Amino acid sequence: MIKFRDETAKKLGIEMLEYINEDGVKQGINPFDHGAAYTDIMKTQALKQALDKYGFTAAFGGGRRDEEKSRAKERIFSFRSASHAWDPKNQRPEMWKLYNTKINKGESIRVFPISNWTEKDIWQYIKRENIDIVPLYFAAERPVVERDGNIIMVDDDRFPLKEGEVPQMKSVRFRTLGCYPLTGGIESTAATLDEIIAETLASVESERTSRVIDNEAAGSMERRKREGYF
Amino acid sequence: MAGLLKFITCGSVDDGKSTLIGHILYDAKLIYADQEKALKLDSKVGSTGGQIDYSLLLDGLMAEREQGITIDVAYRYFTTGARSFIVADTPGHEEYTRNMAVGASFAELAVILVDASQGVLVQTRRHARICSLMGIRHYVFAVNKMDLVQYSESRFNEILTQITGLTEELKLADVKVMPLSATVGDNVTGRSENMPWYSGEPLLRYLETVDVSESASGEAFYMPVQRVCRPDRTFRGFQGQVEAGSVSVGDTVRTLPSGETAAVKGILVTDRQADTAYAGQPVTLTLDREVDVSRGCVITKDEAIAAYGTLDVSLLWTDDSELNVGNDCLVKLGTKLIPAAVTEIKYAVDVNTGAHIPAKSLRKNGIARCTIRLSEPITADRFALHKTLGELILIDRVTNMTAACGVVEDVLDKAVSGQEQASFTDGTLKARGDLFEEFYYDVNSYNVFHAQTINSTFRVGDEIPTRGKSFAYPDDFDVIVMRDKVAVLIRGRKVERLVRFDEYSYDCTVPVVNGRGFAVLAKTADDVKRFIAEYESSDEASLPELFGRWLDFDTYRKIYISGAYI
Repeated sequence: MIKFRDETAKKLGIEMLEYINEDGVKQGINPFDHGAAYTDIMKTQALKQALDKYGFTAAFGGGRRDEEKSRAKERIFSFRSASHAWDPKNQRPEMWKLYNTKINKGESIRVFPISNWTEKDIWQYIKRENIDIVPLYFAAERPVVERDGNIIMVDDDRFPLKEGEVPQMKSVRFRTLGCYPLTGGIESTAATLDEIIAETLASVESERTSRVIDNEAAGSMERRKREGYF
Repeated sequence: MAGLLKFITCGSVDDGKSTLIGHILYDAKLIYADQEKALKLDSKVGSTGGQIDYSLLLDGLMAEREQGITIDVAYRYFTTGARSFIVADTPGHEEYTRNMAVGASFAELAVILVDASQGVLVQTRRHARICSLMGIRHYVFAVNKMDLVQYSESRFNEILTQITGLTEELKLADVKVMPLSATVGDNVTGRSENMPWYSGEPLLRYLETVDVSESASGEAFYMPVQRVCRPDRTFRGFQGQVEAGSVSVGDTVRTLPSGETAAVKGILVTDRQADTAYAGQPVTLTLDREVDVSRGCVITKDEAIAAYGTLDVSLLWTDDSELNVGNDCLVKLGTKLIPAAVTEIKYAVDVNTGAHIPAKSLRKNGIARCTIRLSEPITADRFALHKTLGELILIDRVTNMTAACGVVEDVLDKAVSGQEQASFTDGTLKARGDLFEEFYYDVNSYNVFHAQTINSTFRVGDEIPTRGKSFAYPDDFDVIVMRDKVAVLIRGRKVERLVRFDEYSYDCTVPVVNGRGFAVLAKTADDVKRFIAEYESSDEASLPELFGRWLDFDTYRKIYISGAYI
């Protein structure tokens, strides 16, 4: 994913800013031992620190309303307080295409231009426009273990195996890509865009079902969003 | 397959909106296995005694699930064999009316629920009124909870009479009324055996087939400009979404409010060259000559579109603070954002009866007919004629909240087009004469406005007026008109000549003002050059600081007090 990101930035000639929460690194926060806390410290906190550091007034995201039920409540222009908090009970009205982009000093906006797209729309668009994507979205034989109902890829020796876990080769792909190893794959043989589209249409499970931390507690996405997560 | 249908569910609290949508999704097997598992689990601890609580599929916020109510609009996406849908499930509480309006502005069709045991309520009428205000043309009145009135046909007919009264008052054209039970599932996705007296289609079947396409043929091209794209000195493209009609290379178009005409030189649809662009497409247009167009202007082939200084609007007030006459605000209409003031509340509308009530102020969720005076004329039109030019929001200038939304009912104070405004001309050179504008404070609406009272064209040798109510210029001075890139030299109160910026050098013997008559704080020719250079490389964000540093209002201008608009 990171390789893909760097190559894309280079190809488009984009100035890419990288920000890492150094406090988290010093504390040795890692996804293997810290789970959801890792997402909070290394993603949410890092994002907030980076937005503050560069003073961005708006951050674009690819979040979609059909992904998750608190995202279903999100406006296209979603406002954040000076401390990056989201107040879902008091959102600005958003009428027609008349976006009110006025903010007070310190406040910021999260913008979700593809809010109304569905997972199927995304794949059809990728196909139509011939867009490069991260290879992990395509099925391939990969070493995996099953843990708490999720298929987790054993990428390299950073991944501490639990007692009795033996990596097996399975044909898997990722429907959604989040923190490794907090995102599970699905068993699939869909290796082309057409196969992925067919699989998406026939799926009986929702897209984010393999996101481990989404399912930790009721309303966990809403809580994280309130705290500044995308 | 019919096209995508965007619809909302609305109606009073507990009329079963979320339950209805939840039931459609569940019945039509549109729920993923993991979501169904979570739903069954969540329902066990809910208020339905272990029965599936379909509303939990939509009420996604913790506060909603705790209180068992809908606070904000939720969007769901589903596809049946016949059609794709986006449904916005909206809150029924009066408190959250503005969120209901958000959903209504998005939808082509409204499913308005009516509780069969309660009949048409004030909130039903409020929602129908807002749907109508926001321009929805297709309606289903779903008389829900028929199971609670023993599927009584006579009860249904009573409610039908109430609904007919409402739809006639609001002049709703396409209306369907159907009896159903969202909890039990009567007439939701399949025909109900409990109501043999109802011969119509079930709701989902109707939604799959209803035709909501607008007959857009014959509409002339117009496009509000979102952005002027100028990556280098050779390219200047106007970007926006085509709102109606089509535009082709070679077409003659008008720019508003400047009133200039030009021919279309090139069209880009995203990054691809095109000969023609159609309604709905985002485009970049290039024109064959320089025109005065910035964000908020409109490019059009429609002769009927014009710029206006005053709008007669219907507003839905959405803010916690009150609307009062004189309220200062920003108006966003199309892609234009400008200061404005509400100068009159003609009447408030009783949401229940539709009666017009005299009003001095308006509270949250109230509807009123108002007059809005804009700080300068903008391209607008009646909502019924040009939808995008008739939708607007009001923004509170202090809190930045969206304080109201509304539609234009009528347009007033048509702006004079470019040719009729004050200007200077010398051979092929032209410069606008904004320095003759009057600035005044209107005591009725507590706002500062500016207006053109002089509309002459001044040629070389013509004497100009140096004294107005709000300006007093010396006999000799230079005017640098930034937007036309032309300097006008005034000597002895007469136009001496016009000079293009690249040939102009300030001679330091006379004062210099900008196009609006504000003193330029420049002492040397280099100062003027620097000011011009800084202006040309500035953007929206840096302009106020730039002007603040270089310009002084008070030197030759003042604001006078007026009791009426001029």
